[in-house]
Formats: sequence, C-alpha cells, structure tokens
Amino acid sequence: MVDVTPQSDGTVPPAEVPDVELYHPRSWWTTYVFSQDAKVIAIQYSGTAIAIGLVALVLSWLMRLQLGFPGTFDFITPEAYYQFITMHGMIMVIYLLTALFLGGFGNYLIPLMVGARDMVFPYVNMLSYWIYLVAVLVLVVSFFAPGGPTGAGWTLYPPQAILGGTPGGQSWGIILMLVSLILFIIGFTMGGLNYVVTVLQGRARGMTLMRMPLTIWGIFTATVMALLAFPALFVACVMMLFDRVLGTSFFMPALVEMGEQLSYGGGSPILFQHLFWFFGHPEVYIVALPAFGIVSDLISTHARKNIFGYRMMVWAIVIIGALSFVVWAHHMYVSGMHPWFGFFFATTTLIIAVPTAIKVYNWVLTLWRGDIHLTLPMLFALAFIVTFVNGGLTGLFLGNVVVDVPLSDTMFVVAHFHMVMGVAPIMVIFGAIYHWYPKITGKMLNEAMGQFHFWITFLGAYAIFFPMHYVGLVGVPRRYPEIGEPAFMTAPVDNLNAFITIAALVVGFAQMVFLFNLFWSLRFGRDAGGNPWRATTLEWQTPTTPPPHGNWGDKLPVVYRWAYDYSVPGAPEDFIAQNDPRPQHSAAHPDPSAARPA
Amino acid sequence: MAIVLALVLVVVGSIVFHMLSPWWWTPIASNWSYIDHTLVITFWITGVVFAAVVLFMAYCVYRFRHKEGAKAAYEPESKRLETWLTVVTAVGVAAMLAPGLYVWGQFVTVPKDATEVEVVAQQWQWNYRLPGEDGRLGKTDNRLVSFENPLGIDPDDPAGQDDVVLEAADLHLPIGKPVKMMLRSIDVLHDFYVPEFRAKMDMVPGMVTYFWFTPTKTGTFEVLCAELCGVGHGFMRGYVMIDTEENYPSWLEEQPTFAELSAPRQVGSAETVEPEGAGAQ
Ligand code: HEM
Ligand SMILES: [Cu+2]
Ligand SMILES: [Cu+2]
Repeated sequence: MVDVTPQSDGTVPPAEVPDVELYHPRSWWTTYVFSQDAKVIAIQYSGTAIAIGLVALVLSWLMRLQLGFPGTFDFITPEAYYQFITMHGMIMVIYLLTALFLGGFGNYLIPLMVGARDMVFPYVNMLSYWIYLVAVLVLVVSFFAPGGPTGAGWTLYPPQAILGGTPGGQSWGIILMLVSLILFIIGFTMGGLNYVVTVLQGRARGMTLMRMPLTIWGIFTATVMALLAFPALFVACVMMLFDRVLGTSFFMPALVEMGEQLSYGGGSPILFQHLFWFFGHPEVYIVALPAFGIVSDLISTHARKNIFGYRMMVWAIVIIGALSFVVWAHHMYVSGMHPWFGFFFATTTLIIAVPTAIKVYNWVLTLWRGDIHLTLPMLFALAFIVTFVNGGLTGLFLGNVVVDVPLSDTMFVVAHFHMVMGVAPIMVIFGAIYHWYPKITGKMLNEAMGQFHFWITFLGAYAIFFPMHYVGLVGVPRRYPEIGEPAFMTAPVDNLNAFITIAALVVGFAQMVFLFNLFWSLRFGRDAGGNPWRATTLEWQTPTTPPPHGNWGDKLPVVYRWAYDYSVPGAPEDFIAQNDPRPQHSAAHPDPSAARPA
Repeated sequence: MAIVLALVLVVVGSIVFHMLSPWWWTPIASNWSYIDHTLVITFWITGVVFAAVVLFMAYCVYRFRHKEGAKAAYEPESKRLETWLTVVTAVGVAAMLAPGLYVWGQFVTVPKDATEVEVVAQQWQWNYRLPGEDGRLGKTDNRLVSFENPLGIDPDDPAGQDDVVLEAADLHLPIGKPVKMMLRSIDVLHDFYVPEFRAKMDMVPGMVTYFWFTPTKTGTFEVLCAELCGVGHGFMRGYVMIDTEENYPSWLEEQPTFAELSAPRQVGSAETVEPEGAGAQ
C-alpha cells in the first residue's frame, strides 16, 4: 500500500512495497498484438471503438436522410430504419463511449497519472480487450446474418424484441445482440476490476487519494459504478436470451401475436425495464463522469489555474455516482409502473441536479481570473460546457415527472440525450485527444485541421440538436421513420428536418478531417517534446515520450503535491509538477489536499 | 476571440429561435393546462440559467484570455461562494419540483365520477371498449383472444355482455366528462398518445394501466403510438372524436355490443379466413 501523506518538510516516507517486475514481451506479437502493456491495450481499445463508432455515424446519416427526405430513399424501409436506430444507439452508448472512456482513456491514463508501471493485472487486462473485440465482431456479424440486425430499439424492450413484428426478433439479430452484450460485460468486468485495483493499490508514493487528478477520480468512480450496474444488464440479457431460445417466460406474459396465441405466460415486461434502467441510468454517468474528470483537467491546465473547489469536485463526483443508482425509474414515468413511484424518482432526479450544477459552476469559476490559452483542448472544453449545460437543463424538464408526460417518447427526448450524453462527452473526447495525442505519439496534431474540425463540430452539432427539441415540442414521437403532416402540428417540420439532416451530414464529414489529422500528424506533426502544455500531472513527467513499457525508466516517481499547482505565487514558472520536490506554496495558500489526510 | 462571439451567438441564437419558432406545442384540448404551465415555468428558469452561465463564460474568456506576462490567480476554493451557489441552485430546483409534484398528485388521482373507457392496442391498430348500460366493463384475459373475440372478453362474465366493442375503429367521447382510460395490450408494448390531451401512458400486455383526463374541446384528434412496437409503429395511428353531449348518444347507439358480435354468425367462412400476413401495417 503506497497511500502515504508526505511530511510537512516535503519528504516522503520509504515505499512499503518494492517496485514490481513487469512481464517482458519477447516477440513482435506479444509487444504489439497480444500486448500486456496498458498503453498498447488503450490504443487497441480506442481504435476498435472508433472503428465501430464510424459505423454508428454512417447509420446516423442514413437515419437523418430518411427523416430529412422521407420517401426519397427506397432502401430505407421501416425495417431498415429500426435496425439503424437500434444499432446506432447501442454502438454509440456501449461500444463507442463506454469502451473509449474506460478501455481507452482508462487504460492509457490510470497507470501514468497515478505513477504506476502498469495495471496491476496486465494479463487480465489483455484478455479484457480481446473479449471486447469478439463482442464487437459478434455485433458486426449481426449485420450480415439472415434477417439482419435487431430493430428493437437500443432499449430492447420485450415482448417486441423477441417477436416476429420486430426486425431480427425471430431471426438471428436479437440473439447476436444479446450474446454480444454478454461478452462485452464479461470483457469490461475484467478491465474494470483492474482499473479499480490499480487506483486503490498501485499509486506512487505520495499520491494520496485527495491528490489524484480529477480525470482519475472520474474514471475510477465511473468504473465502480459500471461494475455495479452492468450485472443488471447481464442478467437481463441472459433472461431474455432464455425467453427467446428456451421458451422461458421471464419477461413474457400471455399474449397473442398476429392472431396466434403464444405459449408464453406469467412474465413481466416491466421487470426488464427496471433491470435495463438500473443499468441504463448509471450508464449515462459512466459516460459522463470520466468526461467530467477529464474536462476539469483540460480547463485547469489550459487556463493555467487550479481547478476551483477541488474537494467539492471530488465529492460531487462521488455523490453523483451514488445518487445515480436511485433515479433509474425516471425513464419509466409512463411505463405503467405504479404512479406513486413518480414522486420518489422525480425528487431524487432533481436532487442530482444540485451536485451537477456545482460542477458546472466550478468549471466556469476556474476560468475566472485565469490565464486562458485558447488551445484546441480548451475550445472543446468550452463547447462541452455549453452543450452539457444545455442538455442538463432539458433534463430538468424530463426529470420533473409531470412535465415528462407530454414530452416522453418524443423527439425532445432524443434531442436532450444527444446533447447531454452524445455531444457533450464527445466534445471531451476530442479535447482529450488533442491534449494527450502529443504524449501518445510525441507529435502535435495539426492546428489548422483541428480548428476546422472544432468549429464545424461545435456549431454543427448545436445546429443539429437544438432545433430537434422543437420537433419534439410539436409532438413528433421518436422512432418514427416519417411523421407526415398530422393536423396537430402547429407548423410542418419537414424543412426543419431537412436542415437538421444537412447539418448532420456536414458534421459527419468534418470527422473525416479529424481522422485524417490523426494519421497525417503521426508523420508530419510538429515534435511535441515531453510536456508541451506545461502540465503538472505525472504522465507529462515521464523520462521519455512516448513512454515506454513500464513508463518510468528505473525510478518510480514520488509525489509531493496535488495535481493543480498552476500559477503558484512566488514560483518561478506557472506550473509545478506533482513530482517536483521543491517547497510547496507560499503560506497564504495552503495545499487543500494536505488539509485532510485521505 | 471568435469563441467569445460564438458563445454569445449561441445564446442569442437560441433565444431568437425560441421566440420566432412556429414549432410549438399544439393547443390543448384537455384539463391538463397545469402541465403546460409547469412547462413554461421550467422554460423560464432553465432559459435564464443557460443564458447566464454561457454569457458569464464568454465574459471570462474575453476578460482573462492569455496576454503576454499575465498570470492566473491562485485560488483553490471559496467556502462562502460554494455554499451560496449550492443554496441558490437548490432553491431553483425546488421551485420547479414543487409545482411538478403538485400537478402529478392530481394526475394520479382519478376523480370518482370518471367513466372507464378501455383502449386495447395490438400490432398495429387501436381497439376500444365502452361499458354498456350497467356502466361496468367485463373481465378480460389475453388467453381468450380469438378471431371472434378480438379483445379477449370473458364470455362468462355477465358484466361483459353489454360492453360496446370497437374493433379497429375510432373512439368517440363526450366533452366535459372525466374519463379514465384503461389501457391494455394483447401483444407488445404500445403507448396511447394524443398530443392535444398532453397525457400518455404505455400499454403493457398482462396489465391494465391507466390515466385520466377531461376533454375540453370538440373535434377530431389523432392518436399516435408512442412506444416502439415493431415495424408498424410509425404508422399506428387512429382518431378520437370528442362529441357534444347531444351527438354522443346517437353515435353510441349504433355501436355493436359484445353479445351481438359473439352471437352465432351466418357462416361464409371462406371469405372470413384471414390472409397470411394480414394486419401488417
Ligand atoms: C452526428 C451525430 C448524431 C446524429 C446525427 C444522430 C442522430 C440520431 C437519430 C436521427 C436518431 C433516431 C431518432 C429517432 O427516430 O428516434 C438517434 C437515436 C439515438 N442516438 Fe444518435 N445521433 C448522433 C450521435 C449520437 C451519439 C454520439 C450518441 C451517444 C450517446 C447517440 C445515441 C443515440 C441513442 C441512444 C439513440 C436512441 C436509439 C433508439 O431510439 O433506440 N447518437 N440518433
Ligand atoms: Cu436516467
Ligand atoms: Cu408503437
């Protein structure tokens, strides 16, 4: 255990655990393919996630083409439309965002930022990636299976998910989807246990919990949540698989399909919804908390100022994480569950708004009296705040049970969750890639392409999803391949839909520039040096860049201060690295992390 | 600098879009105008917060952007400011939650004099059942659903015999009388959604869910399904007509009862056999 508090003179007690011996790869295969190095695994995870994410992006274009220009594209039948939304939603939420934040950023950043040589269980970590890859491949196979992928909606609600009226319900689609999710969860659990144990047991000397960068707090809390939430989805998938394949009736009441009595009976469709959302709501925060953590570090570094209210930020992350396990049924206000639950879940849901708002205030207050460098990571961080505040506020509509009644299951909901868990976290992902790419590759990403990418993505994404709320206000339900012009609409939405579609296509193509930049800069990018942003956290202090297997050369770093010593009065430079042993601060500003031993 | 402009533009643009938008919720035709009021309160509170946060951020970026030789302040935390902000936020949230819960209390309290009307959904059509002269709906069970008994009404329950059955037809309701919509499904999840009534609720096979409302305008209103129910979901539409009190009884009289429908039919069975795949869309 290396959780030690430094003495007041800045020295650190001797390590209680000797340095670890790493597995030494002997061949090209074990170095780059079956690698046990968390950094290589991180890149494998990210590459796979982005690749499958591109599929989801292309699907979103097809959906938008249908909505913007209904009837123009013959191949987008209702069946196809439902298959597109289902695969798009599931890929985006699980296979892209969850995998990228935890498998990608988690693997790369946890060992480096806490000062470890690697994850504590490197072999299991490797397995985690390979199982994830198989899960993705199973998902891809479902596109080519007879009957195509499932079109049950990403929520997979039974009974329709496993019946013939839904694409893939009585063919391979739903089975492959469930198998893929089960594999994903198994793979994730292997990785997740690793992240948690590494944060708890693998920190460098002097790295107390209250000295950890918020990135680590976000990823750590999200991983703990995922370990508690995914099992609910796991059992739901297994039970539904049994219902579909073995004829059990966990979720299936007596029902008549197309005039034919089925042999199911006695099961509860609402039970599935409870299991799904017991996972599904925390899932929102599993994606959001790493983004919260990372964006805090981006803002602090690029505004050259400590994050405002660090302790409050840590507590807010932990409280949000805990509360998000008691709000799941706000997705079920109109599901037919007992209506009195509405009182409870509306209250808990709106309570979560308070710690969330505190986080927003603290980000903005970090900018106040900062020295703001408008770098690409900072620009994306600002875009994150705008979209997250927007999406968070519309959450207050949907969380407030009675206001949700007219809005639920309309395009308003689609606009809300894209803003808050689609666009906002993706802004952070982009910011984070512009920020850490120099450490990963030793090169800076091209600035001109980056600016182009930023402006189109930020303004374009806002132009897609802000007006979409109004399509929902008019009353257009979600998951409608076309609405037509029913009499209740105060104005037809076809022009608005066409506009949104064009914006979506433009934003989509701007992502190609970003991808091109990733490869172009690898070759032609400016050399970055070890610490181009002059940041304090440990990953920027590695002896070589990119860091080699084992990260730290022959001496592990020792940590003397928190992660946010920017612009300390009296210091010669505007940052002091966490492993810098010089005396701490001027007396007027005590290190807030030292105030309480963690 | 462009980013400062962009931030201001996002706020101004959003407000202008909101004010000029012809896309707005459809005029209400039920008693739930409270829901609309709560929505409007929420719009105001959230709109002000959005504008304030983004504009403040724009100001910060403008004022504290990097200049040669400038240095950021060192300011780890401020207990007072943080407490203050927490309290203000909590008050704002309570100001939205309180009316919300109050109205929800009304939403879930069905008035005693509400007439029960049943909606029975199936892939992909709407059926309805109204109580007959006894004012009660008879028992049902999905196990009893058949071609002759599409709603699964229990033939042994005398209360069901006089029930009015509307198969794949439109529903009529009298204006000004509270109705409790009893929602059933015989196959998958559906959701009975009429935008003008504001209320909606999922229909779940094996359960009876409900909501209540009082129609306040006569006319024809479109019913949409708002819960994904398979490929026909987007096309699962129907109509509810709200009649004046005078017109309603004459419509009701013409509708068949369960007893009439289940009386032995003259057979011409070759024509009544349903073709393969009928009902799809
Ligand atoms: C350019 C970006 C994107 C566009 C244009 C887009 C567009 C759409 C559209 C048109 C729908 C279907 C709406 C409907 O008919 O119900 C949809 C659904 C969905 N999207 Fe996206 N999307 C984008 C990015 C994302 C991202 C980043 C996420 C990650 C959270 C996401 C998650 C979802 C989910 C969960 C659904 C619901 C699927 C369902 O109803 O089962 N999308 N999106
Ligand atoms: Cu939720
Ligand atoms: Cu439906």
